Amino acid sequence: MTPFATGDRVRTRSADPAGHTRLPRYARGATGTVVQVAGSHPLADDRARGLVVDPQPVYHVRFAARDLFGAGDHTVTVELWHDHLEGPA
Amino acid sequence: MSEDHGSSLISARVRHVEALLEARGLLADGEIDTRIDEFAAGGTPANGARVVARAWVDAGFRERLLADANAALPEVGLSMAGGLQEQRLKVVANDVDEHHVLVCTLCSCYPIALLGPSPSWYKSEAYRSRVVRDPRSVLAEFGVTLPADTRISVWDASAESRYMVLPRRPEGTAALEEAALAALVTRKGLIGTALL
Repeated sequence: MTPFATGDRVRTRSADPAGHTRLPRYARGATGTVVQVAGSHPLADDRARGLVVDPQPVYHVRFAARDLFGAGDHTVTVELWHDHLEGPA
Repeated sequence: MSEDHGSSLISARVRHVEALLEARGLLADGEIDTRIDEFAAGGTPANGARVVARAWVDAGFRERLLADANAALPEVGLSMAGGLQEQRLKVVANDVDEHHVLVCTLCSCYPIALLGPSPSWYKSEAYRSRVVRDPRSVLAEFGVTLPADTRISVWDASAESRYMVLPRRPEGTAALEEAALAALVTRKGLIGTALL
């Protein structure tokens, strides 16, 4: 999967992983917009398991509250690693 | 052993782990306290206030701060390099149309190097779980009532970046100098749970 750029619509993974993840439950399986590329870091989910892994892009992804919670007129911007994203929306 | 342990179950567990680490020579006696003191040294909301005051009086600095906060901080003698590695800082600016508020829903990520230790409510389950879902009500409980057409943007510090809110400059402060402006900035203002 090629890196995403600002403005891209993306969908987050919906699976509930067995171990630690920095993809918050409320933002799983949701569609949002990349608002900024925030550098490159090893995936925290892997580091929590003691794995040494290569850095990957990290993005600020903005979601409409309505798409996450079914209500609300605000937005929530979550910082997600590339692997937290299933693909383009 | 480090000081300031409560009697809760989690404290007992932490104390036990710490004792084991000390017994095996992985931790020196009192090392945790020393490391915490070193990490928190110099971290105070006064730093954030200084950044905000400079941004209010210097439009060029404001622009640089919002574009790349890490590169702009040295202009006021600050950095995000207090921990094991330099943390990325993103500053988000409130204006008449948009109000920003910060949270870490997964734990308690916070720009300690810049703002010092976080307030206890920031780490509470109630704040962390509710502010993403219903920020307008949570802000109202903090005494912040925003016009209905002000958009609310919640930032969840879920990865490597840390955030700081650049509050709006209060009305009637045109005559104030930078140091006097900095004195108006509160910690809650820098998190987005207060207006100035």
